[in-house]
Amino acid sequence: MKKAFQKDRKKAPYDIFGRHEQRWIAAIPYGWLVVFFLAPCLLLLRISFSEGVLACPPYTNIFSVLSQEILQIRLHFSSYWTLFHDELYRKGLLTSLQIAGLSTFCCLLLGYPMAYTIARSSPKARSLLQLLVILPFWTSFLIRVYAWITLLSPVGVINGCLLRWGFIEEPLTLMQTPFAVCLGIVYSYLPFMVLPLCMSLSRIDQELLDAAHDLGCRPLKVFFTVTLPLSFSGMIGGAILVFIPAIGEYVIPELLGGAETLTIGRIVWNDFFANMAWPVASALAILLILFIVLPISFWQRWKEVRA
Amino acid sequence: MIRRSSRTLKVVLSLGYAFLYLPLLVIVFFSFNEAKLVTAWKGFSFKWYQELFANRILLRAALTSFRIAALSATISMILGTLAAITLVRFPRFRGKTLFVGLVAAPLVMPDIITGLSLLLLFVSFQQLFGWPTSRGSGAVIIAHTTLSVAYVTAVVQSRLAEFDRSLEEAALDLGASPFQVFFTITLPLIAPAVVTGWLFAFALSLDDVVIASFVAGPGTTTLPMVIFSSLRLGLSPEINALTTLLLLFLSLGLVVITAVMWKTQRTSSQDKV
Repeated sequence: MKKAFQKDRKKAPYDIFGRHEQRWIAAIPYGWLVVFFLAPCLLLLRISFSEGVLACPPYTNIFSVLSQEILQIRLHFSSYWTLFHDELYRKGLLTSLQIAGLSTFCCLLLGYPMAYTIARSSPKARSLLQLLVILPFWTSFLIRVYAWITLLSPVGVINGCLLRWGFIEEPLTLMQTPFAVCLGIVYSYLPFMVLPLCMSLSRIDQELLDAAHDLGCRPLKVFFTVTLPLSFSGMIGGAILVFIPAIGEYVIPELLGGAETLTIGRIVWNDFFANMAWPVASALAILLILFIVLPISFWQRWKEVRA
Repeated sequence: MIRRSSRTLKVVLSLGYAFLYLPLLVIVFFSFNEAKLVTAWKGFSFKWYQELFANRILLRAALTSFRIAALSATISMILGTLAAITLVRFPRFRGKTLFVGLVAAPLVMPDIITGLSLLLLFVSFQQLFGWPTSRGSGAVIIAHTTLSVAYVTAVVQSRLAEFDRSLEEAALDLGASPFQVFFTITLPLIAPAVVTGWLFAFALSLDDVVIASFVAGPGTTTLPMVIFSSLRLGLSPEINALTTLLLLFLSLGLVVITAVMWKTQRTSSQDKV
């Protein structure tokens, strides 16, 4: 009887609003997102299949009504062709992947010991330590990047100190390098790595570790055979949270990177604003979306398989 | 897993915090520097604060930014709350799967794509309907709202999921109309999440430079856009002063929030006793 009741409840959740009102409540955010999120994405897809022309707007219409019965759709794959055959785009894709991958790895390398130590402290200290990790995140993003300009620039703090103390004769080129871009990304997105790691590490059952200890396992081996595998989901989650914003990043490579760190984000920006190559910029954006959707769907798949 | 950590781990943790905080502290330190360059300390002064407050462009941009942030946060608060109610409360309807995807997708979309696609949308709107004639702050508000709705929804959704519905049921049984129930029972109970969502949306809007640069028309310049263009030219000590003020407000706000949270925690634990 009780089960039947529960089932019934699940089928039709009790709600204060009637069917008619529900429709209106759902329609408002739904409509907004369809118009201002879904439609722009479809538009992006459409323009990526059009041809660049010197006009305003600088692309051709892929739909044309030939007569009353025929709607002609012309898909130009030239933008995608350009992406894979032009040296600039190939290099840009590679640079973005390298920088995002390397930064994610560095975040993991720095974030793991931090999260590990935070997870091992008492609950009260843990919440304070976690707060301290998030806090810089609440200052403006631009300001955090600016902090690194202050440190790394040729007339910045590091070069200034080294010059004054006589370690170097000429200022080092620290800024305008891929290294600076990685540093900026690691600095900006480190909290995204530490917090999921903290969550998964503090969920590990202490008894498992004790058991391994009691059975004579050495601490280092306990770490590698018990702790590390159990925190794998946190590692993947953190890596995805860092990789996704890193691969599409525009501001950090623009401010800290030089001419050779031309990432996807910067190419999209330049193609759009400076070169007026809207179709190619759109195609690149579509490709970037794929780079983001793929790791997420792999992760979802992996979670399903594990569960 | 509570364990005393070894000294090495504690050193690594401290280094991590140093990495997070030292760059910001350096900025605060040099905001009081008399000299323009950060290579040398020329003496203490409030010169850059004076210049900051004399900078008309910066101040006007700050005002624009605050207006855009407040408006977009308010709209996304309303839309996000409605979306969360739809997701948690309403039975499956046709198109709900798409809705779930649409709500979550802006969270992972890079700014550059959100900005680019919205600009394309506004341009084709202009061609089709002749609106918007010139993209003013309205376009930026729409763009920021679209970005923030996802965050508000996520916050309110988790609050609604752990919500005790018996109060609502009681009110309905006693003859309240659905909207009375919503405004007198549901809304006050989810209010903390709604306010958190608003603050989140406000902060997101104040922080965004990429989307605003794409969609803003020539007449609209937000504070991050001004800062970004001055950073492209190199170091500017006024930004040091701005950072210091920002950090000051942030820590003050944090102290207030922590105090309020402690107080409510204490009263709620007293209630239980």
